[in-house]
Amino acid sequence: MSNTERPLSPHLSIYRWPITMTLSILHRITGVAMSLGLLVLTYWLVALAAGGPVYAKAYALLTSVPARVLLIGWCFAFFLHLGNGIRHLVWDTGRGFEKSHANASAWFVLLFAVVATALYWVLL
Amino acid sequence: MSGSATRHFIAQRISATMLVVLGLWFALSMHKLDSMQHVVVLGFLATPWHSVMLGLLCVTLAFHSYLGVQVVIEDYVHAPRVKWLSLVLSRAVHLVIGILCVYKVYEIGFGA
Repeated sequence: MSNTERPLSPHLSIYRWPITMTLSILHRITGVAMSLGLLVLTYWLVALAAGGPVYAKAYALLTSVPARVLLIGWCFAFFLHLGNGIRHLVWDTGRGFEKSHANASAWFVLLFAVVATALYWVLL
Repeated sequence: MSGSATRHFIAQRISATMLVVLGLWFALSMHKLDSMQHVVVLGFLATPWHSVMLGLLCVTLAFHSYLGVQVVIEDYVHAPRVKWLSLVLSRAVHLVIGILCVYKVYEIGFGA
């Protein structure tokens, strides 16, 4: 081990995580989360059709604080998956693959999801 | 299975494009409602084209979700039997959800 200046392979602790990777993973996570949310949508529709005390129970459950937190999460998931989905559809046309473009659109989608969720639940 | 990847790709893109419209419609419609009280939601769904849109949303969601979950299973589940079972189970659950939701929307909107 005479040469201490040998090049080393990239180490995880000094690896700069690209934003595009974050968006890719978030797309998948939000997709799976919304697949689970589909069960809640089904429950809501079944309760709506049943009406009366069944819906009263579902209403109380779906408007409870933990449910609201989850719904805000699903709302964020929707806007992120929507924005990133459109980003994918643009890529399908062969556009937007340049590194700078992909990075910019990733940040834009993330910002859009946060702002849209805030507008949906708080501001409007 | 030749051509099934291309079919998957196209089906995913078509359902995604439909969900851009249907999803935004649903989000904006629910946002406009004063509350989620039974009468309020029933009032909204009393308009036939609202029920049609919601029914369409349910089918497209179940289908798009099925395509997505399929890819996730194929990526992470490698044991052949578990993989096969997961795929069949996912297909069955999504099919039941799609049919059940449309039936319920029909029941609510058109009073079967």
